[in-house]
Amino acid sequence: MAATFAETPLARSKLRQERAVQILLGLMAFLMVLPLVTIVGYLVVQAWPLLSLDFLLKNPTGGMRQGGVWAALLGTIYLVTTSLLIAAPVGVLAAVYLNEYAKKGWLTRIINLAVVNLAGVPSIVHALFGLGAFVLFAGMGRSILAASLTLAIMTLPVIIASTREALASVPMSFREACWNVGATRWQTIKGIVLPNSISGILTGVILQVSRTAGETAPIMFTGAVFFKRIEEGNPFAYSLSDQCMALSMHLFTITTQVTDAPKALPYATAVTLLGTVLLVNALAIGLRVRLRARKKW
Amino acid sequence: MGEQAMNLPPAPVVGPRPLSASAGSPRGPRRSRFALASERVFEWVIRLCGISAILFVFGIFFFVLREGVGFLFGGLNLVQFLFSTEWYPTSVANVRYGVLALIAGTFSVTGLAMLIAVPFGLGAAIFVSEFCGGRVRETLKIVIELLAAIPSVVWGFIGISVMNPLIQEIFHVPVGLNVLNGALLLALMSVPIMVSIGEDALKAVPDSFREASLAMGATRWQTVRRVLLPAAKNGLLAAVLLGVGRAVGETMAVLMATGHAVNIPKSPFDPVRTLTATIAAELGEASVGSNHYQVLFVIGILLFSITFAVNLVADLIVKGTAKG
Repeated sequence: MAATFAETPLARSKLRQERAVQILLGLMAFLMVLPLVTIVGYLVVQAWPLLSLDFLLKNPTGGMRQGGVWAALLGTIYLVTTSLLIAAPVGVLAAVYLNEYAKKGWLTRIINLAVVNLAGVPSIVHALFGLGAFVLFAGMGRSILAASLTLAIMTLPVIIASTREALASVPMSFREACWNVGATRWQTIKGIVLPNSISGILTGVILQVSRTAGETAPIMFTGAVFFKRIEEGNPFAYSLSDQCMALSMHLFTITTQVTDAPKALPYATAVTLLGTVLLVNALAIGLRVRLRARKKW
Repeated sequence: MGEQAMNLPPAPVVGPRPLSASAGSPRGPRRSRFALASERVFEWVIRLCGISAILFVFGIFFFVLREGVGFLFGGLNLVQFLFSTEWYPTSVANVRYGVLALIAGTFSVTGLAMLIAVPFGLGAAIFVSEFCGGRVRETLKIVIELLAAIPSVVWGFIGISVMNPLIQEIFHVPVGLNVLNGALLLALMSVPIMVSIGEDALKAVPDSFREASLAMGATRWQTVRRVLLPAAKNGLLAAVLLGVGRAVGETMAVLMATGHAVNIPKSPFDPVRTLTATIAAELGEASVGSNHYQVLFVIGILLFSITFAVNLVADLIVKGTAKG
């Protein structure tokens, strides 16, 4: 029985210390939940009067003091889609190389280092690169294409990292079985490895979308403009060589450059951007949870 | 020796059979020329994608340098650039490009942010990894992931619209856009990366370490402090460094929230301007090819070098742990 052991002062102080630490650390962790909930809540409350479907589907008017965010929303969709089409194949194949082809050695080591560093390059340096390489050197001018290329290179590490994780979770025995019936390396990848890791790869792609949608600095000088009027309700209003508005840039503009906008307008824009990003992220998380529950091996 | 080997069953295939078209080859089945060619093409495409990351990192360095190199080696006074606090890039009479105040701005905001973020980030990492289980852990990890997903321009907006009035009211200062504001935002932005990398580092410590310590009668906190922290020291340091790298490179949030005054701060309530914010704010006005435009690219190279060094050190530290 526990009662037969007398509690020594040492044991009691140990216990007290343990509890105190647990509460302290718990509070630290909880303090991260708090800002997320309060910030999102506060933004939504402030933005509430303006939030409607009309806000999404109307162009900004009156020097960006009225109207909605249509041109910016569509611009963001263009940027995200284009950069996804560039980054997804390259990123997935780079991960395939690292996980399926690369042997341990200096080259692999350098590639890994490059991926880590690519993820660490400041977004404004990516902007300088995009301006120097795509806008000026390649002669694309400030355009959706140049901005998307910049974004694609910036978000490549996101796709590479998550795809590698997905590929690594496919058991080695699957590949060995396939090789032993005579399949080549690429046949094995195409027929066995990729189909078995597709959900994990999708998760990474979705995270890339969320990251791309929120970026501002890389597109400021490569393709995004403060204001551009486009046809409302026409989803093909931009072309790749156009400059475009973007939600993130629009939020920056109306917060810092437009002084007398109605109070709810920047909040509504922030909620639109934040809502898009968090929804996309929630999708990725949901996919991952389902995937883990369904895992067959 | 040789006879013994012949009696053994054939070695299992541990890799795909080498490509060959020769019929009846004992090493693999016959393949059509087309299959072989396409296999080779795919391999090359994949290899190219694999090394693309290296190409991009070099490309970034090359193209940023290319735009700034003319002025860097022809005209820019490097001593003034690094050690003067006078940043007057558009002055008509006396143009001066001293970035010391901007470096001070970057490091004051980053430093204060780390003072806040390191204890919270590591504390939360320890809590998530060692003190909670199941549901709570999953929920916290999702929250951390969502926190990491908030775009920096939204943080900047929060700095202007929420933190600014709060700081004015709590500390009775005239302007709330200052070092403290930027540091709080950067802390919130870099905590998630510290938690996830720190948690990985703690998880990498074998469970036998924990079991041994607990079996000796140590409490969980004693185990963390005396066993896990020393064992995971390098990984935790790397987590902090990656947080620093993120904070140094952050642009939009500090552009919007730190008050935009070129100034060596004397208190957390002074406004400053960082290296990143300067590029973002002035690149639009500088005409392509001008000295002002080129000096902004030189700042870009400086930033690239700082974050490259930080990431390299973090990587070496992590690799060191993996070996040891």
